[in-house]
Amino acid sequence: MAEPAPSTDTGPPRERRGGIGTGPGTLLLTLYGIFTVGAASRSIVQLSTRFDEAPLAYLLSALAALVYAFITVSLVRGGERARRAAFGCCCAELLGVLTVGTWTLLTPSAFPDATVWSDYGMGYLFIPVILPVTGMLWLRRSRRGHS
Amino acid sequence: MLTPLTVVLTVAALALAAWCGWAAYRDQPTKDWHFIGMAVVTLLALVQLAVGIVRLARGADPAEGTAIFVAYMAAVVACVPVVGLISLTERTKWGSLTVVAGAVVLAVLQARLHDIWGGGNGG
Repeated sequence: MAEPAPSTDTGPPRERRGGIGTGPGTLLLTLYGIFTVGAASRSIVQLSTRFDEAPLAYLLSALAALVYAFITVSLVRGGERARRAAFGCCCAELLGVLTVGTWTLLTPSAFPDATVWSDYGMGYLFIPVILPVTGMLWLRRSRRGHS
Repeated sequence: MLTPLTVVLTVAALALAAWCGWAAYRDQPTKDWHFIGMAVVTLLALVQLAVGIVRLARGADPAEGTAIFVAYMAAVVACVPVVGLISLTERTKWGSLTVVAGAVVLAVLQARLHDIWGGGNGG
C-alpha cells in the first residue's frame, strides 16, 4: 500500500508476488470468501443458540470456518509464505472433508445436525470437496511463476 | 414470503450467471451491460429486503427465526455487488466467472430463504 500511486494507472493495483490472488485465483478467493462467511455465520448461530444439540457438529463447523478464513486471508496477502500456508490449509481442508464425510456416513448418530463437511459436502453441491483440490492444483501451478 | 418475487429473483440471478458464463466462455471480462444486469438483480434484492422488513414489522414470524432470515436477506443484497467489484479489479474471464459464482450463490440463498420463511407450511 506504500506505493506512490501513479495517477494514470487504471489496471490492477500491483502484481502480487506469486500472484496467487489473481486470475483463476480471484475465483478461488471469492469462493473461499463465500464459504468463510457461510461457515462462520452458521457456526456462530449454532454455537450461540443450541450448542447442546450437536456440540461435535457445531465445533467442526467452526473449525471449517477457521480453515476457510485462513485460506482466504492467505490468498489475499499473496507471497511465497502465504502460498505455502494456504497449500497446507487446503490439505487440512481436504483431510477434514474426507474424514468428516466418512464419519457422518459411518456413524450418523454422532451428528444430530449437519456440518459443512457432512456427507462430503453434499448439501453444498460437493464444493467443499472440489474447492481444496482445485486450490491445491492452483497453488502448485502458481509456484512456477505462471501469470 | 413473497413467492413470485423469490422466483423472479432466482430466475434473474441464474440468467445473470448464464450471461456472465457466456462472457467467460468467450474469454471476455464483464462489460457495461453486465453491470447493468448486476444492478437489476441487486435492485430486485433490495426490493426483497424491503418487502421482508415490512412483513416482519407487521408481525410475521419466519419459521427458522427472524435473525437468520434478516441475515440471509442481507447476504442476498450483498453478494452481487461484491462479485461485481471483484470483476472490476479482475479484467479477465476469471472476473466474469466470479460473477457467475456470486449469482449462483444468490439463487441458492433464495431457495434457503424460502425454507427459512415458510418451513414446511408453504407460507
